[in-house]
Amino acid sequence: MSLAIGSLSEFLFGHAPRPVSCGRGLELGKGTVIPEINFTLPAMDIDEATWPEVRRLYAEMIEGVCKRAAELEAPGLLVEFETLPAMTIRPEWGREIVEILATCLHGYYEKHGLKNALRVTPNDTRDFLSPSHMRDGQYWEAMAQLFEMSAAAGADLLSIESTGGKEVCDEALRFGDLRQTIFGLAILGARDMEFLWKHLVGVCSKANIVPAGDSACAFGNTAMVLADQKFIPRVLAAVIRVASVPRSLVAYRMGAAGPSKDCAYEGPYLKAIAGVPISMEGRSSACAHLTHVGNIAQAVCDAWSNESVQQVRLLSAYAPIVSLEQLVYDCRLMNTAAAGSREDAIRLRDWLVESDAALDPQAWVLRPDVVLRIAERIATEPTPYLQTRVAARCAIEEIASAHREGRLRVSPQEIRWIAKIEREVAQLPGQESEFIDEMLATPVAEKFLPGEYGIESVASR
Amino acid sequence: MTDLKKLHQAILDGNAKASAEETAHALVAGVDPMTIIEGTMIPAMDEVGRLFECQDYFVPELLLSGRAMKAAMQLLRPLLAKSGAQPVGRVVIGTVKGDLHDIGKNLVASMLEGGGFDVTDLGTDVSPDRFVAAIGEKNADIVCLSALLTVTMPAMKTTIEALERAGVRNKVRVLIGGAPVTLQYAREIGADGYGENANAAVALARELGKGTLRP
Repeated sequence: MSLAIGSLSEFLFGHAPRPVSCGRGLELGKGTVIPEINFTLPAMDIDEATWPEVRRLYAEMIEGVCKRAAELEAPGLLVEFETLPAMTIRPEWGREIVEILATCLHGYYEKHGLKNALRVTPNDTRDFLSPSHMRDGQYWEAMAQLFEMSAAAGADLLSIESTGGKEVCDEALRFGDLRQTIFGLAILGARDMEFLWKHLVGVCSKANIVPAGDSACAFGNTAMVLADQKFIPRVLAAVIRVASVPRSLVAYRMGAAGPSKDCAYEGPYLKAIAGVPISMEGRSSACAHLTHVGNIAQAVCDAWSNESVQQVRLLSAYAPIVSLEQLVYDCRLMNTAAAGSREDAIRLRDWLVESDAALDPQAWVLRPDVVLRIAERIATEPTPYLQTRVAARCAIEEIASAHREGRLRVSPQEIRWIAKIEREVAQLPGQESEFIDEMLATPVAEKFLPGEYGIESVASR
Repeated sequence: MTDLKKLHQAILDGNAKASAEETAHALVAGVDPMTIIEGTMIPAMDEVGRLFECQDYFVPELLLSGRAMKAAMQLLRPLLAKSGAQPVGRVVIGTVKGDLHDIGKNLVASMLEGGGFDVTDLGTDVSPDRFVAAIGEKNADIVCLSALLTVTMPAMKTTIEALERAGVRNKVRVLIGGAPVTLQYAREIGADGYGENANAAVALARELGKGTLRP
């Protein structure tokens, strides 16, 4: 497989080799960076008694952001509705909110010419059961129903932050166990992605809407947040980020078209390899979580997002409106640079990159030049496991050499982890079957149901 | 002569196998179990805690040391049971009803275990009734409630109300935590404490813990 983006000068914000058209006149990756807004409820119960208030709040939030987007003459607006668990478990509730949002978006397109689209992201509730049932049972059925209902009720794009493999990755992250993390990502996660995205692409194809993309949020972002709290080393979080790329790529192999999910910080790799437009978040998502990649995350984005913000009142306006305004101005700057010349766009991209890259290994692995080097190696491998193995190896090599050459700061406490990660990566088996056999013989096997991932259990062999 | 320095080092290195082996050697050599614990294991874990506090160790190193201590304790516990020794405290922990997020909760549970607490982890999406039942079954001193979503935070209040209705609220201390949770919210719903992160949660539990460290 060759890369969709062959050179650094083509690796820019706003431009993707495979742009996407969706919703009401919205185009992503075709030269203009679009703001993507996400919002959620303030602290409250969701039940029969509060449901009218929930509906009112969503109507208030969408009206607020659309009105401001029109006033600021935003070049377009992507709205993401990420359901809350109650709305996935009871898909009829999720559908009602989709309708409220879609109706408002249609109205703003008709009355104000605001190009827009609605991305619906049902949250993955399959781990309500433990061990998780990934392919059947009440939670999977409700999720699958919500995908179909959303498609019928006005969603223009479907996404998910899927959690297959999380059962083993959570513990692995706490214990800094890269081997177990890779098992969760490359063996369990990749298999679940195949199952899930085959289904999702089918739903979207039937409804003639866009199967957008997934995110390694449950893995890479968990590591990122733990690293921010100094609970795990940043070098480990950086390697896990790159190791999550092959898992997320599976969606595109199965037919997803992008834009990737905003919280998929592995997005630049997805764009380089699959050519899809990507949504990213960084300093704009400080309302949801803190980050050390606030600028660099923006460098090659096609949509620029706030992750999520609660409907709470700030001095100027409600928080979703404030978030939207910040995104619109960020996009306006990028689009102005791009309208100037390619050199201007490259200069802004490089400022975004250089302002973060040397300060944190998690930023370093998002450098466009580093992304292209590692992506090229990933693309040459035939399976998600082998891709993940090489991704982890390349990531730690890039970090180690940049640190040795004085181009990347790594804190003294983390230096011993570079050697530890290099050792662990070197010990990963060359054969996937050998790796699976080995992991199934450990207590890790008790944390998941092999059949739910299409893996034969030891007992049934 | 038994070299307990090796046990000390095994705990610092998070080497469970070496920790168990060195403990077995010490017992064969006739060293008193409480001497092993108080003279070597607790100082080793104190050193691990110090290294973590000064940010030299990360959580994985802290947890692996805890696991090494646990491996040694498995050999010592049967011998100590005869003397009626007690843990630092008994904790019931879970993510509240409607919420599936558990990495923070798991981190707190692991760190409490490493700190000598007897921890019962009820998992995620835990109903108030399950918390009430577990408190009775485990004779808990502390209940830890976790939530990541703004819309599941109210379940913390519902859980505390259920403890009150069941007549067990005054038998336990309730600690809460999670990304959207604040000290103010803890006060509003009548919790006894709030941990901003896993470290703070464990420190708070230690402060509230009953009894002494007799694993």
